[in-house]
Amino acid sequence: MDLVQLQRQLVEYRTSLYHEGFLDAQFTQLQELQDENNPDFVVEVVSLFFEDSERLLNELTTALEQQSVDFKRVDAHVHQLKGSSSSIGAQRVQKVCIAFRNYCEEKNVEGCLKCLQQVKHEYSLVKTKLESMFQLEQQILSAGGSIPM
Amino acid sequence: MTVERIVSETKDPFPVGMRVLAVDDDPTCLLLLETLLRRCQYHVTTTSQAITALKMLRENKNMFDLVISDVHMPDMDGFKLLELVGLEMDLPVIMLSANGDTKLVMKGITHGACDYLLKPVRIEELKNIWQHVVRRKKFDRKDRNNSDSKDKPHADSGEAAGIGKADNNVKINKKRKDQNEDEDEDLDENGHDNDDPSAQKKPRVVWSVELHRKFVAAVNQLGIEKAVPKKILELMNVEKLTRENVASHLQKFRLYLKRISCVANQQANMAAAVGTADSSYLRMGSLNGLGNFHAFAGTDQLHNAAFRSFPPSGVLGRLNTPAGLGIRGLPSPGTIQLGHAQNSGHSSNDQSKLQSLVPGNHNTNILQGMPMSLELDQLQNNKGVTHIGELPTANSTAVFPVSGSLIDSRIAGFSNNSLGVTSNSLMLEGSSQQATLHASNLRDGVSSIGFQNVNTLSDFASIDPLSSQLRDSKADLQGQAAPINCNAGPMIRSVPQEWNAPYQSHLMSCSVNSSIPVNGAMVQLDQCLDRNNSIFHRTMDSDSIGPLNFVDPLSIEHSEGLNSAAMKPPVIEKEGYLMYQPRPHGNHIPDNIGSLEDLASAMMKQDRDKGNPTNGNFGHNSYSHRTCI
Repeated sequence: MDLVQLQRQLVEYRTSLYHEGFLDAQFTQLQELQDENNPDFVVEVVSLFFEDSERLLNELTTALEQQSVDFKRVDAHVHQLKGSSSSIGAQRVQKVCIAFRNYCEEKNVEGCLKCLQQVKHEYSLVKTKLESMFQLEQQILSAGGSIPM
Repeated sequence: MTVERIVSETKDPFPVGMRVLAVDDDPTCLLLLETLLRRCQYHVTTTSQAITALKMLRENKNMFDLVISDVHMPDMDGFKLLELVGLEMDLPVIMLSANGDTKLVMKGITHGACDYLLKPVRIEELKNIWQHVVRRKKFDRKDRNNSDSKDKPHADSGEAAGIGKADNNVKINKKRKDQNEDEDEDLDENGHDNDDPSAQKKPRVVWSVELHRKFVAAVNQLGIEKAVPKKILELMNVEKLTRENVASHLQKFRLYLKRISCVANQQANMAAAVGTADSSYLRMGSLNGLGNFHAFAGTDQLHNAAFRSFPPSGVLGRLNTPAGLGIRGLPSPGTIQLGHAQNSGHSSNDQSKLQSLVPGNHNTNILQGMPMSLELDQLQNNKGVTHIGELPTANSTAVFPVSGSLIDSRIAGFSNNSLGVTSNSLMLEGSSQQATLHASNLRDGVSSIGFQNVNTLSDFASIDPLSSQLRDSKADLQGQAAPINCNAGPMIRSVPQEWNAPYQSHLMSCSVNSSIPVNGAMVQLDQCLDRNNSIFHRTMDSDSIGPLNFVDPLSIEHSEGLNSAAMKPPVIEKEGYLMYQPRPHGNHIPDNIGSLEDLASAMMKQDRDKGNPTNGNFGHNSYSHRTCI
């Protein structure tokens, strides 16, 4: 695929992510923060997000497996996940976190487990999509092109 | 606000290069925040740990202009960090959270945050945060300037604290940090802007320890219920202080007391354990949740830190260490607390000291004593009253090492922000050696340096010396260590019961020699300050405490909180001071020292009567502390 095609593909892909609600305006901000001084900013932040989220999801799984669930703890983790997902613009993940917190407040284990499933699903979706996007970007860069905004 | 170039000091192109410290446990958000701030051309330092942040700030106060912190953090609650920073370093703090609940925002504001931002944070919002720095600088500067013009703040207070008044010199631009310095504070007492009328809004009045001490004394004298700004102003007799200044300070003080009393209740239980001064003390800290503080304390920082003159940003704004607190007897200026309190001259154990603090008889207002101790001088700079709040008032224990060795516990005069005397928080650390009044006072752990420096500390300070004395005398006191914290207010009050019957307020155990000294005077500063407590046993005067001048904190009592602080610093007149020692008279103290328990219970009763939540704990040991200093 030639450079121009790649670039077009990237733009389309990115647009679709916004349309489908995977990403929101916050992600745009991230991109705007990237510049020559900070060329890998987006990838950096998103990678951090992945790492941290995986940790949080594991903690959540463990916490909800307990005999007697510590909802405060669960809530704290979800709160953090909500914060970080909102910071990078992972909108769908963020939305599930909101519902998740409500169940925590109600101390509803079933509801929490359901949300946990959902959040894991949304997380893996957005992760896959972002990774594909980064790959495309990489291809463009290696082909000597620049990333279209 | 007018964007004024901060021309002072440097010609730096502010806000470019403004030094920001960002704290957030979430790495994603932290990185994002850092990048955004860099984009705004600020100079950024980041950390994911609140403890580390505090450490950095403490090492060099001048390193940063502004702090941005997340609310939810695993190692320390963001609000606590906020208070501490405000008190100790007087830096503007901006809170950050993914949760924009009105209640949380309100909490942030009441704890002193300059601003509250929601995540995800946007660059537009960060572009304007420098205004908070400018605002503070301006006012500080103004104050300083003013101070110059004014005389040194009541030089009379003279007490120990020795806050250097002297130098008001316009440190100026040093601002913040300087403000913490006693010296500066003194100057700023009146903060009005005489000098600089222009444009500036009313300059901030810096409530130095000295000033605060006077304030508390006045409030105590009037009785917390009756304390109206106009009268307080008259009593204080400070030039250039307006009724409005007093009114707003009073409001904060009340809030502070309220807060402490809530905390106190929790802590009430502490009392007993107090025994070992420091250790228990520290323990206490953890109890409350102050844990964080304790962490500080553990290293002795606490005391110091606590006392570090934190300006109670939270509630009261800066508390300057009351150098003057008047605690005469207080051992080294202000530093009563932190264990250093050395000998205020009282013979009694530290406890006595503490107690003496309360009994205030000594005229010096309890506050005097306290701030002194608060001054933390021990700690070092008597800067504002240390956080009394910090004192690990751990609920149970620490509160004054009741057992006789009250003094042992340092009376960490931590006063809660609010006013130093916050009920538990007052950790009077009087003489470090002894009485660590911790526990009870600490209760709030919150940095609220207890009385705003002034009062509590000084009192405590005095307490220390006394406490030591008391210690000896009292054998029983032990239990007392009391829960000074407990219920913060009540404790102090309770005490008074013993002694003075007249005291209504808690007056901390001051009265009871035994009881109070026990904890080393834990004087519950809190209590003292506590409204309820008014304990400052001031009323103690005479009675039981005979020699001790009990500050009758109680008399103050009821003063809602305010009084407590006001308790005249147990004038530690050497012996007279608090040490209620064993007042054999028994009157107040249920047969004096020996029956510390009695005292404690008496106190407790008082509290109960008072309706304070202080639980039983309080009464006992805590009372001893109470000596509201």
